[in-house]
Amino acid sequence: MSELHTVNKSPYEKSSFDSCVGYAVAGSAILLMEDGVYAAMQGGATEAKVKSAQGVKFYALGPDMKARGLSEDRVIEGVEIVDYAKFVDLAEEHSKVVSWV
Amino acid sequence: MKFSIQINEGPYQHQASDSAYMFAKAALEKGHEIFRVFFYHDGVGNSTRLTTPPQDDRNIVNRWAELGEQHNLDMVVCVAAAQRRGIVDDGEAERNGKDATNIDPRFRISGLGQLIEAAVQSDRLVVFGD
Repeated sequence: MSELHTVNKSPYEKSSFDSCVGYAVAGSAILLMEDGVYAAMQGGATEAKVKSAQGVKFYALGPDMKARGLSEDRVIEGVEIVDYAKFVDLAEEHSKVVSWV
Repeated sequence: MKFSIQINEGPYQHQASDSAYMFAKAALEKGHEIFRVFFYHDGVGNSTRLTTPPQDDRNIVNRWAELGEQHNLDMVVCVAAAQRRGIVDDGEAERNGKDATNIDPRFRISGLGQLIEAAVQSDRLVVFGD
């Protein structure tokens, strides 16, 4: 029973990223979207958390990064940039989608 | 796979409706089925046909209506949320003594049971909110 979590708020605005990372178990995935993509950037408060989350795969929605002028070169190592088609695939691959709104 | 989508925020103020639209479009392009789109809370504002954004901006309501038309989507607006926010169809206008309607004909007003049914009948329910 692996889950796809979506986080849509900046980690500097709300605590949903922290809550989500604390809840996610090995085998699950976290998709950072809308303002949530700020959590995917290098050098921020989230980098250590992303790198130390055991068995949790991180994704960031590319169109939302582009809309915010965020460079793909500055994404934390291990975070995969995806489009909406891949978002749909992730929702299909995991047994449920948990939206941390 | 059968998806349902829940939208909790209105157009233009939040990205939720835009994200949900892009997700729905991508899912349909992949050949998935969308069992229902449920508009809840401020999300009911996505259904008023009177929306008139500037010409160089996207028309979020028309965009949903066109996608709904193209794929025969069941787009349901929560009745209690709609009543509070002045989203009215013919039935609600008559029941509540209103002098006008504003819902786009591609949407329909119904109850929360429709959301529960969507959750039960679909393989995945994806929620877009703020």
